[in-house]
Amino acid sequence: MNRLTLKAAFLSAILFAVFIGAWHLATLPTGGAVSAADAEYAKLMGAGAQKSDGFPPPAEIGKAFVHYLSDPMYDKGPNDKGIAIQLGYSLLRVAIGFAIAIVIAVPVGFLIGMSPLAMKALDPFIQVLKPISPLAWMPLALYTLKDSNVSGIFVIFICSIWPMLINTAFGVASVRRDWINVARTLEVNPLRKAFLVILPAAAPTILTGMRISMGIAWLVIVAAEMLVGGTGIGYFVWNEWNNLALPNVIFAITMIGLVGMVLDLLFGWLQKLVTYRE
Amino acid sequence: MSTHFLTVESLKKVFPATNGVANLPVFDDINFHIDKGEFVCIVGHSGCGKTTILNVLAGLDEASSGGAFMDGREVKGPSLDRGVVFQSHALMPWMSVLGNVAFAVKSKWPDWSKQKVAEHCTGYLEMVGLGHAVHKKPAELSGGMKQRVGIARAFAIQPKMLLLDEPFGALDALTRGTIQDELLKIVQATHQTVFMITHDVDEAILLADKILLMSNGPHAKIAEIVEITMPRSRTRAEIHHDPQYYRIRNHLVDFLVNRSKTYAGAEAETAHDAKNPPVVRPGLDGERAPVITLATEKVTSQLQQVKHAVNQ
Repeated sequence: MNRLTLKAAFLSAILFAVFIGAWHLATLPTGGAVSAADAEYAKLMGAGAQKSDGFPPPAEIGKAFVHYLSDPMYDKGPNDKGIAIQLGYSLLRVAIGFAIAIVIAVPVGFLIGMSPLAMKALDPFIQVLKPISPLAWMPLALYTLKDSNVSGIFVIFICSIWPMLINTAFGVASVRRDWINVARTLEVNPLRKAFLVILPAAAPTILTGMRISMGIAWLVIVAAEMLVGGTGIGYFVWNEWNNLALPNVIFAITMIGLVGMVLDLLFGWLQKLVTYRE
Repeated sequence: MSTHFLTVESLKKVFPATNGVANLPVFDDINFHIDKGEFVCIVGHSGCGKTTILNVLAGLDEASSGGAFMDGREVKGPSLDRGVVFQSHALMPWMSVLGNVAFAVKSKWPDWSKQKVAEHCTGYLEMVGLGHAVHKKPAELSGGMKQRVGIARAFAIQPKMLLLDEPFGALDALTRGTIQDELLKIVQATHQTVFMITHDVDEAILLADKILLMSNGPHAKIAEIVEITMPRSRTRAEIHHDPQYYRIRNHLVDFLVNRSKTYAGAEAETAHDAKNPPVVRPGLDGERAPVITLATEKVTSQLQQVKHAVNQ
């Protein structure tokens, strides 16, 4: 680690501390003025009722963290599952939808990239389909697929396919002419050319597309699960909102961010693996 | 049918019309031949279509009319019989140096064992002085080393003919000299048939048996064929001591600076038979390049005598 990284880490820590400190101060209990009605309510509810006026302080979020992370795998019925299980459901949906998107987008992107005719012919469709919010497909998916779980996967598939498709086609179409010519003068057969020349040459662009797709998929899964319900981190957030348990919502938000970061790092690492220096 | 190893007949190239305006042919009626073991350089100004001719020979481009025949067969599409060294080395950056050469070797001999391929490739990489760098990536090599890998890759498939598209154009003068020497040594040892594009007159004189001079485009033609009458055992260090050297050099420079324009297409003033471009030997006499066209046998025998005379 060099000095800059160290300094930056130190600064990050200070910023975090200042943020938490400010949050803590802003949410300090005002104390004193408890209205008569509130007092009555407290009496009725017994010891279980704690007066919470508005936004939870950081300490409560901390408690939520400890509570959920100390036992991430429990399963007490459909509305009360451990955070790891919920995240697992979301990740599984993303993984399946994403995998189907790869299986379709990479070969199709390859063909489009190889053929200027196909590129031109399919471009209008891609341009129209690409900007559609994946959630707009949800009613159609629910109607035709008749399964909320599969519909969630479909939404992930439909949102991850476009960046991959476009980047694969672009990467394949812009493989350096020289490399293709080398393969041609060596009479390399099409399959060998595709796997040993075009794929490695286009891999960095394809991986960039996948990284973008993964980012979008992780954004969309939360919204999709809020809609379809049942399981997953998006459902967890919505459920905790219905419980008015804001500390849990904030905890879930943080987890979504952390998992998203890990996914992005993973694809960044994959990207580095296939990138070549010239 | 000619008995030459490679024959190019009435080659013509017109690029497709731009904005509805028909283009003039870059070159037309290009005729020349190359014998086995010959080193032929082609020299001419930019835009006269040298690279297009090379690409047609490589099978990467198609002529508008006319054709090239190698070993009695028409050149149609790329073939492993013709190795190409590209101007920009064209190494695949994700493969190691050895991987790049092995890719070519495996294409030619798919049945070879891994070990045999590796040995074969290492041999050729050692030939170009890169035995120590086989596991490096192209990005870790200098420009000259990359071009050497390109040359090793082309030689490693043992093509019947080698096509070099200005292979040293992007290199600095010192590196270029060293690689020229290496190429000269390798070609002399292997008797490889070579067709090479160059802008460098000295390079052409050093390496070639025959230099094709092209007039300017459009309607570019082979204006002259200059035979290099100096003995084949040339070295870069010695060549300029040969009295022939400056005569040939002056002739070439004079052509490029003054005469290449007057051959151009419609304005051609020189009486010129494109089917049979004049063969000149400026190295042989002090006088200004007289145009002599002789029957091939006679020329060859004369050449032999001259070579004897020079050697003695």
